[in-house]
Amino acid sequence: MSEASDLAQPIQANVAGAMKGFAQEIGALSAFRLESCIHCGICADACHFYIATDDPKYTPIWKVEPFKQAYKRETSAFAPLFRLFGFKREVTADQLAQWQHLLFDSCNMCGRCSLICPMGIDVAALIEQSRHAMFDAGLAPKELYRKAAHQQATGQPEASAEPYREQLLAIGIKFDVPIPLDIREAEVMLCVPRTDIEHYPSAVAALARVMNHLKVSCTFRSDGLVAENYGYYAGGKQWQRDISMRLITQAIACKAKMLLIPECGHAYTALRWEAADLYGQPLPFKVLSVTEFLADQLAAGLLTLKTSTSGKTTFHDPCQLVRKGGVNEAPRQLMKAMGVELHELENHGGFAFCCGGGGGVLDIEQAAPLRYRTMEVKLREIDATGAETLLTSCSDCRRTFDDAQAHFTWDKKPNSLLELVAANLLETVNRP
Amino acid sequence: MDLLSFARGPALKVAITIFCLGAAWRVVAFALLRIRRDLNKPRASVFKYMTGGLVAVASRSWPHREFIGRTGAGEALGYSYHIGLFALVLLFAPHIAFLGSLVGVTWPGLPSSLITIISVVTLTLFLAVLFRRVTNRVMRMLSNFDDYFSWFITMLVIVTGLAATAHFGAPYQTLLGIHILSFDVLLVWFPFGKLMHAFYIFPSRAINGALLARKGATS
Repeated sequence: MSEASDLAQPIQANVAGAMKGFAQEIGALSAFRLESCIHCGICADACHFYIATDDPKYTPIWKVEPFKQAYKRETSAFAPLFRLFGFKREVTADQLAQWQHLLFDSCNMCGRCSLICPMGIDVAALIEQSRHAMFDAGLAPKELYRKAAHQQATGQPEASAEPYREQLLAIGIKFDVPIPLDIREAEVMLCVPRTDIEHYPSAVAALARVMNHLKVSCTFRSDGLVAENYGYYAGGKQWQRDISMRLITQAIACKAKMLLIPECGHAYTALRWEAADLYGQPLPFKVLSVTEFLADQLAAGLLTLKTSTSGKTTFHDPCQLVRKGGVNEAPRQLMKAMGVELHELENHGGFAFCCGGGGGVLDIEQAAPLRYRTMEVKLREIDATGAETLLTSCSDCRRTFDDAQAHFTWDKKPNSLLELVAANLLETVNRP
Repeated sequence: MDLLSFARGPALKVAITIFCLGAAWRVVAFALLRIRRDLNKPRASVFKYMTGGLVAVASRSWPHREFIGRTGAGEALGYSYHIGLFALVLLFAPHIAFLGSLVGVTWPGLPSSLITIISVVTLTLFLAVLFRRVTNRVMRMLSNFDDYFSWFITMLVIVTGLAATAHFGAPYQTLLGIHILSFDVLLVWFPFGKLMHAFYIFPSRAINGALLARKGATS
């Protein structure tokens, strides 16, 4: 594997230059968002980091404060006055270094804060843009930077004993399911979360099983296998583009009409809602999450499901997929079709709390103590439902809950909705 | 030239000019920045996401059910003093006469006694808002000169207006002059600070709401 895994991000000597770059690249929409803030602080009340700690520094809009400072000083309507009278000072390297904790360790980019602002500001979008500036200033957390560098260079976020391609084929053999790989032309291109390859091979098998069951022309591609995008997490826009381009190039090469995103929330955001902008033109294929794809198949009568035996069940809505991605009804349609006895969380659907691991936080070692404290908000809600089964449709959320199970000796084990579907297929497919 | 003549003559003209040019520049400055086109295929039709924008204008006026327990009281306080301000600005007979001279239309106002009550209530709410800003740890951390000066100048206009109508402490002409002068200062400050949110609030809700609706995201 590449030497990328040994890299730590070089700190830019010119933090001021990175901030100036942020201000110049900000765009009208983000500038308008920054200017619209009335300092009411209400966004704090949507954020699980603030709710769990009662520490004002976790107020979402505060997380972009240095960037607001840079924008006001460099490009706002009265920037010359701010500079002339010293109303807004240059952002310093020390100041920005302090914000690394706020922008990475204590933000899942879950977007709940964007639902509460009385001015309507999409705070999460500002935070994502601020992460780009942090990356440019050399301040992305080392774990995210290393994985992004490795993925950009090799296609895998980390080195593995066996390349993922080989592991994928081994999963097919182990679970006795055909793995379509490197087929020259296919209607649907598949990809896979490396989290599933490493931790949940049964979810990989479930995806292959469902697609095989539906008799969809589909393929994985060796050169575009990994769904995750660590460039997105780290804030490295060019790397995010390079990583997305692996999948885009492969989807075009196999003439796919659809790129199917497995159960991976941020991969959905990166490919469904951001990839075309980085590609520079609309994608020549559709991008669907596997959850909405299956719900579509269900609605079209191409997928029939048995009644599941999951018992009293609750569902964790992955933020990127549901709140930010609009895939709200699809998981519930699938659960309904399987007769799942669903007990919704107090905050569910678009208003659900994040699992606590999103936005790359699960990967950041120093963020763990705060993450566990924050997760308690979510775990209490889950416990309050009295559910025996916890379902979700994002492998990173699943991994975060598994980690919580170990840390808290919690009595719930997260399960994959896709795996539940795969376990309840009825053999009545009549594809036209 | 006495104070009153100065305040409603040249000072007001200068203040209105700075207000108009400054506010226009704040808006034009956005247009000079890059406007990115979203190339990702929308989930919703143009009609649906435009409607989503309009819905957000209304829905963000009050917290969602999930948030109301934590934010309802603070938002109620915020809206209350804004309603008081609107009543004072738009429904007090002398203000209607002034605004009528600018726009050519007048409308019925509220009795002076009721306006006095509203002024006192609004002043009390203003003090409560300041108290909240300095005691709430989140708001105190976020607050800067703009927040406090915008509060101060708006409060000053109300206090001087109340003093003028009550003929309190000085001849009416002087009190009215001070009231109008404080309003002139508010107009000059308006485009430079957070008072601009009066212009931003509905476009901000509409634009962000439409962009979320474009993705089918929760808004």
